[in-house]
Amino acid sequence: MTQNHAVEFKGISKSFGHKVANEKVDLYLDRGVIMSLLGENGSGKTTLMNMLAGIYFPDEGEIFIDGRPVVIRSPKDAFDNGIGMIHQHFKLVDVFTAAENIVLGLKEGGKLDRRKVSAKVRGIAEKYGFEIDPDKKIYEMSVSEKQTVEIIKVLYRGADILILDEPTAVLTPQETGKLFKVLKAMRADGKSIILITHKLNEVMEISDVVAVLRKGQHVATVRTAETNEKELTEMMVGHTVSMDIDRPLPVDPKPRLTVAGLTVKDSEGVTKLDDVGLVAYGGEILGIAGIAGSGQKELLEAIAGLRHIQKGSIIYTPEHEAPAELVGKSPMEIKEAGVALAFVPEDRLGMGLVGGMGMTGNMMLRSWNKGRGIFVDTKAPEKLAEKVLENLDVQTPGIDYPVRKLSGGNVQKVLVGREIASAPSVLMSAYAVRGLDINTSYTIYNLMTEQKMKGVAVIFVGEDLDVLLELCDRILVLCGGRVSGVVDARKATKEQIGLMMTSTDFIHSSPMPGETISQAEAMVAKAREEEERLAREEAAREAEAAAQAAAQAAGTVAETAVQAAPEDAEKEVEKND
Amino acid sequence: MSVSIIGLIKAAILNGTPLLFGTSGEILTEKSGNLNLGVEGLMFMGGAFGLIGPVIYGNIAGESASGAVAILIALLCSFGVGCIGSLIFSFLTITLRANQNVTGLALTIFGTGVGQFAGELMRVKVGGNVTISNALKAAFADPIFPEALRKIPVVGEIVFGYNLFVYMGIVIVLVMAYFMKKTRPGLFLSAVGESPATADAAGVNVTKYRYLATVIGGGISAVGGMVYTMTIAGSVWNHQGLSGEGWVAVALVIFCLWRPMNTLWGSALFGALLILYLRLPIPFIPTQIYKVVPYIATALVLIFVSLRQRREDQPPAGLGLNYFREDR
Amino acid sequence: MTEKVPLIRLTKREDMAKSKVWLIRLLAFLLALVLGGLVFLIAGANPITAYSTMIAGSLGKATGIKQVVKVAVPLLGTALALAPCFAMRFWNIGAEGQITMGAMMASFFALKMVNSMPSPVLLIVMGVSAAVMGALWAGIPAFFKARWGTNETLFTLMMNYIAIGIVGWLQGGPWEGKPGSQIIPMFDERAVLPRVLGVHIGWIIVLVLTFLMYIYMTKTKHGYEIAVLGESENTARYAGMDVRKVVLRTACLSGGIAGLVGFMICSGADQTLYQNVAGGVGFTAITVTWLAQLNPFAMIVISLLLAVLSKGASTIQTTMGVPASISDIITGIILLCMLGCEFFINYRMVFRDHEELPAAPKAEIPGVKAAAGKEAEA
Repeated sequence: MTQNHAVEFKGISKSFGHKVANEKVDLYLDRGVIMSLLGENGSGKTTLMNMLAGIYFPDEGEIFIDGRPVVIRSPKDAFDNGIGMIHQHFKLVDVFTAAENIVLGLKEGGKLDRRKVSAKVRGIAEKYGFEIDPDKKIYEMSVSEKQTVEIIKVLYRGADILILDEPTAVLTPQETGKLFKVLKAMRADGKSIILITHKLNEVMEISDVVAVLRKGQHVATVRTAETNEKELTEMMVGHTVSMDIDRPLPVDPKPRLTVAGLTVKDSEGVTKLDDVGLVAYGGEILGIAGIAGSGQKELLEAIAGLRHIQKGSIIYTPEHEAPAELVGKSPMEIKEAGVALAFVPEDRLGMGLVGGMGMTGNMMLRSWNKGRGIFVDTKAPEKLAEKVLENLDVQTPGIDYPVRKLSGGNVQKVLVGREIASAPSVLMSAYAVRGLDINTSYTIYNLMTEQKMKGVAVIFVGEDLDVLLELCDRILVLCGGRVSGVVDARKATKEQIGLMMTSTDFIHSSPMPGETISQAEAMVAKAREEEERLAREEAAREAEAAAQAAAQAAGTVAETAVQAAPEDAEKEVEKND
Repeated sequence: MSVSIIGLIKAAILNGTPLLFGTSGEILTEKSGNLNLGVEGLMFMGGAFGLIGPVIYGNIAGESASGAVAILIALLCSFGVGCIGSLIFSFLTITLRANQNVTGLALTIFGTGVGQFAGELMRVKVGGNVTISNALKAAFADPIFPEALRKIPVVGEIVFGYNLFVYMGIVIVLVMAYFMKKTRPGLFLSAVGESPATADAAGVNVTKYRYLATVIGGGISAVGGMVYTMTIAGSVWNHQGLSGEGWVAVALVIFCLWRPMNTLWGSALFGALLILYLRLPIPFIPTQIYKVVPYIATALVLIFVSLRQRREDQPPAGLGLNYFREDR
Repeated sequence: MTEKVPLIRLTKREDMAKSKVWLIRLLAFLLALVLGGLVFLIAGANPITAYSTMIAGSLGKATGIKQVVKVAVPLLGTALALAPCFAMRFWNIGAEGQITMGAMMASFFALKMVNSMPSPVLLIVMGVSAAVMGALWAGIPAFFKARWGTNETLFTLMMNYIAIGIVGWLQGGPWEGKPGSQIIPMFDERAVLPRVLGVHIGWIIVLVLTFLMYIYMTKTKHGYEIAVLGESENTARYAGMDVRKVVLRTACLSGGIAGLVGFMICSGADQTLYQNVAGGVGFTAITVTWLAQLNPFAMIVISLLLAVLSKGASTIQTTMGVPASISDIITGIILLCMLGCEFFINYRMVFRDHEELPAAPKAEIPGVKAAAGKEAEA
């Protein structure tokens, strides 16, 4: 060892309970190098870096800084070793200025000389090319400015090794460009930088070397100049693993939900969905793939009526009924119409379940408003709770036992079970198997398939590509809030989807089978025409005798619904035959 | 006319002084994120023990009792019981994570009881009015500046015409304002009150800051009770004398938007409203309505602040919430 | 590796046997009595004699029991009033003012309209108007809370003193009896609540209310909405609830019941109106509600206990010369001990070297380990 590495991991392992997050990772990084740490969701990138930042302590293995073995037990230890990490969720005091946040917790003499601090902050900013006003309050800042504050906070404490956890996820392309410029300046200054990311184009643009993690293991470290996106994707996703999920063919698919031009912004004005279009058919499972935070959650919430929609339309075509526009309807009305959402948030209980209540109380969340009078009906939810308990084999001491105290898998069964029990005609589920063991996961997959065979349009947002490829009929891939394409799940490969997830090249081109956005738009137009025609008919009907007209209209609707099914879907079914 | 205005200003400042202590102590507490609704109880305890200490001293020392010693004893006694009371609050809310509202109210019930019990007990023991000699009373309530200074026209009385505690209160407020604005621990304290998780991640010991701010703040508030008994109430124990003083202090904290410097004029304003009906009766406006004005003003400030949504004017974001790291 | 595990760290306890929970609470109560005994010693009284005198004075004879019930009625009624608010995590600490305003409205009819209607009608009008006024007094802060997020704890607190001031003004001004007396005259008999078994009928009203509140909280749609909203505003929205409406409605209900309590105090117990008509009940009731963990039936027990303390204290003042304020001290000590003991029910202290049960998955959340460590040091 003539030259010491800035950071070196040797045989690092870490597990949480039975779940292995990192396994025997050997990895090093030199001074003045930008390294990308690449991997799918759950591949152990963040856990590995958290061990360097003092948030976790490794179960096994050693970490070396400049060739010295070090013990990092707390964020403070990490700082003392010149390591600073910028997390995805900023930790800043809103009413403080940038400078105040930067010196928070630092003991450099009692008096607080704000001018001196501001000057030092400006010095750091100038050196690396940041744009920052040290005296600006955090609550007045954009996300990008807040990130700058976090980075300077780390530099102010003298960090030589910086870890950035998906720093570009919250930035606009222009801001990303600025950030990269700064990172390059830091590299020139001899700092070592680790970027946790899964955006391939950025990996190629900024990093000198790329380390790839898969399932907690270090697959390889390669020089960026000597590789390409395709090779990296293959390393990242690995080979297809067979899951053996039972997948019957869709029966008589009809368009149930037609989304077009959907644009959604969050409360901070960041565009989360950009001109998204899709068609979900009754009797099929539409998978939604994408790296974390690509707009999956927002898409489902928008359909469920829980998000403010900037632009676009969501046409819902129930069986035997006229198509209806969902945009502008309340969540309650959408639910009543038969569109169910089973969203499993990261903390599982955040939305959709009441932790302090038992299964009965949680079943009531859907039905509490039913019936007249001031009393809630507890009988029906009780029965339902017992049914869910039995059908899904929920492990609980009783239906009145608080669901907060149940294990994660059982909580999810309660949630998914309730949504299915509402007999929806569209069932949306997100991360339904998050954190579940294999057996429970299969129970959930089977439930989804069961629903599909009942003619329900199932939308399944998943994290595991292997599952998506075996469970779904079609997969829509989202990238940065836009649709990069729709693929036939029976034919697509993992690499194909992996590339679509990470690269924006595919947007608005359609190299994959399946309908494109323009087709979706055409469908919407068709649906609208239908709607208008129905309205016209209704007007005509009023003139005619009531009974006769009603029978006639029912006939037309059924007929047009069949016509509306696009040829593509029919072809798909044929091919699969 | 000018005499009565000067008299009014003086009376307002004198009557506001207990509030100056009560409020600045509670500001310190609330800055750390602890909403201590026990101020009423703390001030009652401070008022009782701040009197009992000098009474006992007076009985022991007799004729030779020194005013300075008596004042020191009164300060120590009241500050001490305030610290003990708020230590109970801190232990329950910070360490045992009990609900702050309920604990504060329990402390008010307890503190009021302790204060009244101690006062009554003394009355039984002394067998009459619980009070101190006139010489000692003078040491507490008389102006500290020489006659000559007070004779300066107009400003003389307004600037130099007060007892020791008025100046002490002003000094405490100035020190507190400096502490919060200009020192690191002051900055860290307000980070603890705004976002304990952030402060914690930055290496600030949240528990230590909350304990210190709450205990010292409670002590300062209790001194306010002593100042009330020893100056305004004439160093005589009165069973209900302090009723409501602590709640006015809580209101004033909000009125001052958690800024120590505002208490300087805020306490005088509230002090004026509390006595205005005696000094400046306005026809057709019932005297009781004056007493309500501080609360109405505070409620209006609350509404105004929430309407305007200016971040700097909001209560500390972590106010009333206990911090437990595992809650995320 | 063992070094990184701190000596003591805290985890949330998942479950504790009911018997153990009650044992802890009992111990806390006994501890409070022992501490109270120390206060008696300071006062120069024998604690055992003092406690037995208190019990004999309050429960030993019929007049004592009547007094206890009379004290317990407003306490229980107000605790019930606060329950729905607290279940919703709306910190209504303005019951004091809501009681006062309710009493004021009832007194208006008692004083000014006594000749214009028969007694039963008058009493009903008094009760209804008191409830409406109380609801209004709680509704103002709730409106601002629902609309602009104005801090309800501080706002309701201010409303207390505004109410007390208004009644103070009426007492010394427009409604004053003999000029200069600063006292409002006693109500006419027709405006006084009838007695049943020697205590005004209010005790029956609050017992009925206890039952109704239990039903309301556990069996009705409103109760369900409150429970969900108290747990998570997001979930309430998800379930299609109108959050603003629920907040406003619940606060008004709470204020309405508190106003009714005000009516019972002035018409039943005091038979007049004065500034301190609420007399701290609004504050004490908060602790009753909290200690009862919102269970209406537990509130009966706790308010009776506090009433016994208060009546017993007045007995020992007359017989033993111990100031009656000792009841506040003992009440305070009991409240503080009971508040503190919940910690041992909700949290588990994990000592180093003890195998941690897998029931605490949260321990692996980033930063937690280091965190618990520092806490133990401090």
